[in-house]
Amino acid sequence: MTNHWRDIKNADVIFIAGANPAEAHPVGFQWFMRAKLDPTKGLGKGGGAKIIHVDPRFSRTSAVADQYLRIRTGTDVALFGGLMNYVLQNNKFHDEYVRNYTNATFIVAENYGFSDGLFNGYDPKKRSYAATAWNYELGADGFAKRDMSMQHPRCVFQLMKAHYARYTPAMVETITSIPQADFLKIAEVVGEMGRPDKVMTIVYAVGWTQHTTGVQIIRSGALLQLLLGNMGRPGGGMNAERGHANIQGNTDHAISWDILPGYLKVPMPGQKNSDDYVKKSAAKKLDPNSWNFFGVNYKKFLVSMLKSWYGDYATKDNDFAFAFLPKPDGNASWMTIWDQAIQGKMEGVFLSGMTATSIGPDSNQVLQGLSNLKWLVVMDPFPTTTSEFWHTALDMDPAKIQTEVFMLPSTHWIEKSGSFTNSGRWCQWKDQVIPPEGQSMHDHWITAEIFQRVKALYQKEGGKFPDPIMHLTMDYKDPRKPDFDELAREINGKDLKTGKQMVTFAKLADDGSTSSGDWIYVGSYTPKGNQMKRRMGISDPAKNDPTGMGFYPQWSWSWPLNRRIIYNRASADINGNPWDPKRPGIKWNGTKWVGDVPDYPPAMSPHDPKAWLPFIMNGEGTGRLFSNTCIDGPLPEHYEPMESPVQNALHPSVQNDPVVYLYDKKGGRANRFGTAADFPIIATTYRLTEHEHYLTQQVPLLVALQPEPFVEMPPGLAQEKGIKNGDLVTVKSKRGEMTVRALVTNRVGQLTLGGTKVWQVGIPIHWGTVGIQADKFPDRSKYWLANALTPFVGDANSRTPEFKSFLVAIDKA
Amino acid sequence: MAKVTRGDFFKFAGAGAGVLLTTSELGFDVAKATEIKKQLRIAGATEAHSVCPYCAVGCSMIAYTRPNPDGTVKLLQIEGDPDSPINEGRLCPKGATAMQLAVSSRRVESPLYRPAGATEWQKISWDDILDKIARHVKDSRDRTFVQVDKKGNLVNRVDGISFAGGAAYSSEEGYFATKVMRGLGLTHLEQQARV
Repeated sequence: MTNHWRDIKNADVIFIAGANPAEAHPVGFQWFMRAKLDPTKGLGKGGGAKIIHVDPRFSRTSAVADQYLRIRTGTDVALFGGLMNYVLQNNKFHDEYVRNYTNATFIVAENYGFSDGLFNGYDPKKRSYAATAWNYELGADGFAKRDMSMQHPRCVFQLMKAHYARYTPAMVETITSIPQADFLKIAEVVGEMGRPDKVMTIVYAVGWTQHTTGVQIIRSGALLQLLLGNMGRPGGGMNAERGHANIQGNTDHAISWDILPGYLKVPMPGQKNSDDYVKKSAAKKLDPNSWNFFGVNYKKFLVSMLKSWYGDYATKDNDFAFAFLPKPDGNASWMTIWDQAIQGKMEGVFLSGMTATSIGPDSNQVLQGLSNLKWLVVMDPFPTTTSEFWHTALDMDPAKIQTEVFMLPSTHWIEKSGSFTNSGRWCQWKDQVIPPEGQSMHDHWITAEIFQRVKALYQKEGGKFPDPIMHLTMDYKDPRKPDFDELAREINGKDLKTGKQMVTFAKLADDGSTSSGDWIYVGSYTPKGNQMKRRMGISDPAKNDPTGMGFYPQWSWSWPLNRRIIYNRASADINGNPWDPKRPGIKWNGTKWVGDVPDYPPAMSPHDPKAWLPFIMNGEGTGRLFSNTCIDGPLPEHYEPMESPVQNALHPSVQNDPVVYLYDKKGGRANRFGTAADFPIIATTYRLTEHEHYLTQQVPLLVALQPEPFVEMPPGLAQEKGIKNGDLVTVKSKRGEMTVRALVTNRVGQLTLGGTKVWQVGIPIHWGTVGIQADKFPDRSKYWLANALTPFVGDANSRTPEFKSFLVAIDKA
Repeated sequence: MAKVTRGDFFKFAGAGAGVLLTTSELGFDVAKATEIKKQLRIAGATEAHSVCPYCAVGCSMIAYTRPNPDGTVKLLQIEGDPDSPINEGRLCPKGATAMQLAVSSRRVESPLYRPAGATEWQKISWDDILDKIARHVKDSRDRTFVQVDKKGNLVNRVDGISFAGGAAYSSEEGYFATKVMRGLGLTHLEQQARV
């Protein structure tokens, strides 16, 4: 989230898409309802915030929405393209913001083009665009040329206007199935949010990310927010609801192949040294008034991390051990792991609190990967569908599976201290409440034990390049049992000359005199102590929420630097006055910025001709409406899901995102995509309030509340198939099948796509071969995996699987 | 930092908006009686801060424990922290049943090992299982280590081992996993942000 949960109460319009917060984040949803019930929020003179919900399925979120739009899965770019078109054609954008705070004025190089579904620079053989395809036109000074009048035919504003002119209300209806009249009603509401005194928030979740076009769907929302001037403002922003307690924290700390802690890019082959890495990874300054803060400090953050990892060994002379950092052979994400396993190239996998069998996608293919491993380590407090795959999953014959499986009982959240970072970036420290159950051990103590034993083997036997193992710092009181407090201090980092904890990342150095395991967490553990433990809450709002905006700056600590709203310089106009005086983010008081922790130099006057542009983290200094950071285009474009019942109405010759990676094809395996001829029904997957992924199959009360898997289908479809509510039905895709109960409801429905009628159904994901119900029905549970149906393909940029849009056939079992 | 105890909180709430507890003077007050019963259950208990283990709203929790005579610790109750600006004391059905996740007879009791082709788990000691895993890690690392790739670039990576997980880790554990796994040379690192 650019903002945070409590901040949603500050919005006039809450636009929810690809999410169902009333059911999936019910307690966070109270802030949506507070806005709705607050007469000072909303359209015109107020009367309460308006909630718009766009989703394939009518849910409890829709039930309290002012407007619900049923959308075909995976077509959100078409909807948001339509909204941008409406805003641009009707001059509803926030002019001063767009002109000064976005790159609308930047001029794009002459070679830019888009026709028939493809941008310039496409190579059909490689299925990729040239890396240099979408640049700005640079001046002699090396900076991007700008046209402040936004009239230049190649300025971003004009290119964008032309690009989205194709997304007419009629086109939106054809692609999404949202009737034009309904679309225009919400377009009008959204358009009003371009007024400086109004603000809209966009809230989304994995209903947006889990598509082959997921990144561009999210970008289309962010672009709309920039056009409306809603980024950086209380009540505004782009707010992703995370689905696990600490996905945020562990992404920040980079349990992710493509980043190092603090979102530094992972070093790639060919980057010869740290300077070369920084040159190829950090953003370049593109405007004289751009600070480019991340870009200019990139090396300081990298070197400080290397000092945390390699300590005294990391010196200027050995380039701070940069060579020790492994350089991946291209993509190394989730599906790549299983693709490599299927191909017999992956020997061992550690899974910790993550069950591959259930998660999929294409569980049957993942099971094949699991069966191909030499060894599998599962660290978990409970048995999982992966620890037990070899004797519980469909068609598994244990005698034939050569994978050695190790089940290590680990502790869970309440048996250990440490911090959780929530969706809003608030890091809350938790206590160890009870001692570990039985023989279970903390996950990181298991990691430490394995590391020490591997190290001992290398000391004894030698082996391939053991140096990075020998020199990795383990300066803990007990290297086999690092303490949570010790690790929290290491993450924050210290001044290595004085030994004092760092207070701000602005003081990190590239000469080896500072350490920090993750630069964005500097400030979380200062000489004043562990800031994540702070608990100055709502019992004393006057003291603990001094701005009255709900920041509560002394409840926990939020990254970066305890800032509660990212990009908040953009919450004030050029002169430093809040766009809406009633909802200030930060404000220039004549000598300094006051309010939230400023995302800007605290004493930089807005009247200074050298004042930095508001978006200090990128090279442009502005929000990017057009960007070369995605591999599938500088502007979001609608492409069909890989399995779709209709042709792409915008450009039939380019049906899907043209750079999506085709694992099965590249891996030499048979096609696993189905067509509408065999699988005519659109399906999507989702969660229920009473379950959390697969873990809660072990919690009796929750299993009692939601005991059995089902498929939610519309009455018309049920009637066509002779299915009654509660009947057992078989749901099949090209990849697998489920046998579950039919839940016949009007919450899902029929779509009309340019004359074609299509059914759309929904499937909750929570069941599998392990848990309380699976113990009772072991044979039936083999057909409970929702991800047996989902396709083995992911987003062009992030490789997030397309869980949310695929084709199935349904029949009475 | 002033520590607000639960008792203090109700004083604040009473003195302020008075939204949480209304002291009825008309006789029997169900809310108050329930509260008194709860207070008796947790009277003298140790109060600790926790955070809900499920979704990422990050609802703040208070957990109450009391030592058993045999030296073990009894978890008495988990509830939403009423002072939290995130959840203001509220929990959803999952958070409200967190006690059943915290203490469960369904946990894996001890390390288990399934040899290749075996049809059943074997019990094994921590020491033995960790040694076996370390041996695998060393052997797979040595077999699949790439120091210089086909283009002649120094890459120092391991291609044959993956690590995935951590969405329920404390951040500090996740950081440690990143550090150790990259230290071993792994590049296949994943957690639940992507899937």
